[in-house]
Amino acid sequence: MSTQAELIVAPPSFRRRPVFSWLGDFPLIPTLILVVIGLVAIFANVLAPHNPEVGSLVARFKPPFWQTGGSTKYLLGTDQLGRDVLSRLIFGARVSVVVGFTAVIFAGVIGTGLGILSGYLGGWVDQVVMRLTDTWLALPALTFAIFLAAIVGPSMWNIVLILGITYWTRYARVIRGEVLSLKEREFVRLAVVAGCSKRTIMVRHILPNVINTAIVLGTLMLGVVIIAEASLSFLGVGVPPPQPAWGLMLSDGKQGLMVGYWWLTVFPGCCIMLMVLSANLLGDWLRVKLDPQLRQL
Amino acid sequence: MKQYIGRRVGYSLLSLFLLSLTIFFFVRVTGDPAALLVEPGASAEDIAAIHHQFGLDRPLWVQYGVFMSSLFHGDLGQSFYYRTPVMDLYLSRLPNSLILAVVAMGFSLLVGIPSGILAAVRVGRFWDSAGKLFALLGLSMPSFWVGLLLILLFSVYLGWLPSSGAGTPLHLIMPAFALGWYFAAAHMRLTRSSMLEVLGSEYVKLARIKGLPQSLVIAKHAFKNALIPVLTLAGVNLVIMVNVAVVVETVFAWPGIGRLLAEGINFRDFPVVQGVVIMGGAMIIIVNLMVDVLYAVIDPRIRLER
Repeated sequence: MSTQAELIVAPPSFRRRPVFSWLGDFPLIPTLILVVIGLVAIFANVLAPHNPEVGSLVARFKPPFWQTGGSTKYLLGTDQLGRDVLSRLIFGARVSVVVGFTAVIFAGVIGTGLGILSGYLGGWVDQVVMRLTDTWLALPALTFAIFLAAIVGPSMWNIVLILGITYWTRYARVIRGEVLSLKEREFVRLAVVAGCSKRTIMVRHILPNVINTAIVLGTLMLGVVIIAEASLSFLGVGVPPPQPAWGLMLSDGKQGLMVGYWWLTVFPGCCIMLMVLSANLLGDWLRVKLDPQLRQL
Repeated sequence: MKQYIGRRVGYSLLSLFLLSLTIFFFVRVTGDPAALLVEPGASAEDIAAIHHQFGLDRPLWVQYGVFMSSLFHGDLGQSFYYRTPVMDLYLSRLPNSLILAVVAMGFSLLVGIPSGILAAVRVGRFWDSAGKLFALLGLSMPSFWVGLLLILLFSVYLGWLPSSGAGTPLHLIMPAFALGWYFAAAHMRLTRSSMLEVLGSEYVKLARIKGLPQSLVIAKHAFKNALIPVLTLAGVNLVIMVNVAVVVETVFAWPGIGRLLAEGINFRDFPVVQGVVIMGGAMIIIVNLMVDVLYAVIDPRIRLER
């Protein structure tokens, strides 16, 4: 009887299909782009042909090599201080990767922590956290980040802190909702009966069950955070010069824009777009695969 | 109904209170405001004098009381740079920001709604994919970069449009597009999902069973109902637009609130920066309250639920 049932439920072709379809629409190219950007960020000092912060004033505003006046010494041209654009792009990846990932993780830790506390403990803790979340959501995020950056002054790690405390709300909301339903599940109730402390339940039983959701949200937040970092740097309250960051390069490039020095604007923007686009595509895929509940988000 | 609205108003007041507390906290705790006012290397007496002048030597809760009472009188303090009240500056820039936001919103709805409907009606086909690509690009390109590319194309190479400033309708085209694309993408996505939901509903099935042609089903039965959530979002987004326009306004030197904020940062004009954030937060809280109340008036399910 059981062998018959197995035959019906799991014929050979059927057994292979889940794995295949699970990976069938895997966003290979976006993942590769993210991996390449990550590797470029790690090995920036090996890959960059020039020092990104030191230019030569005789080589200012050189166009990319394929245009007249350009040379293969500066493949993607030079900026207003004669610095190599390619090298600055390569080192700029470092800023975007470091700020992007650490800020997303930082926001995730705050938001997930508060979400679990609020959802599991309920009562006044829930009220306080949810009112705080509402207030935070009412703040215009980018303006608030600019405001904070203007107070604490520009530095890369300040930006990480600021973006973390600006963007945690979405995690808190979603995770709280998940915890509310987890709380009613058998395994959590059994843990209560077995005499586990609230802390143990939250850390050992609830946290592992919401971590998937947090990862999906984190991937989706990566793009938002990278654009926010670029915006702050563009406005002059982000990563301080002469450190190479893509947003800062766009801000510098604005001077040459009206004279037609297009490479100072097009290349850094393309880098931001590629990274954000890849993160969004990967995040969308993860959302559908890992967490069906988030599909309509 | 009254109870529901009362609770909503209470929550909004609480949010406003927390907002003021948050801003106050960050200004006072993360640094000495006097340090922003004096030249680097000023003497201790100078700093103490400034402390006294602005009441910074009083206890924190007294300072907060003063801060709150002036907020209630619509006083956001004095701009260091312009030497005029921040509120006056804010109100003088607000019309420009609203014009830009309204035009950008018009553009985003004009593009977002039809393309969202088209994508939902032709789900999984060419227009759906094209719409997805358009939305994905809109969500992935920083708006200020879109602005810079537009300047490069239409001002530098083609010479059709002015690259910065305000005054003529021509000045509005590029900033409105740069600002509106992201929102067009958001509106398109929402229209698509809302339309898909409505198309699967019982009354649309009934309309189909009655034998109505596809165009009539979509125009008369589906479209109107699918539009409600989109228009609600658009109302909230209009306020958000005014507040996120800072980078786009900087790119195009558009004299709105965002530009005021950017100037505030450049001139170390702290009251201006603080005032713009407070006003932005207050506007969003009030609009959210209005949406909640309006929903309760329109939809009895919501007001009976709580």
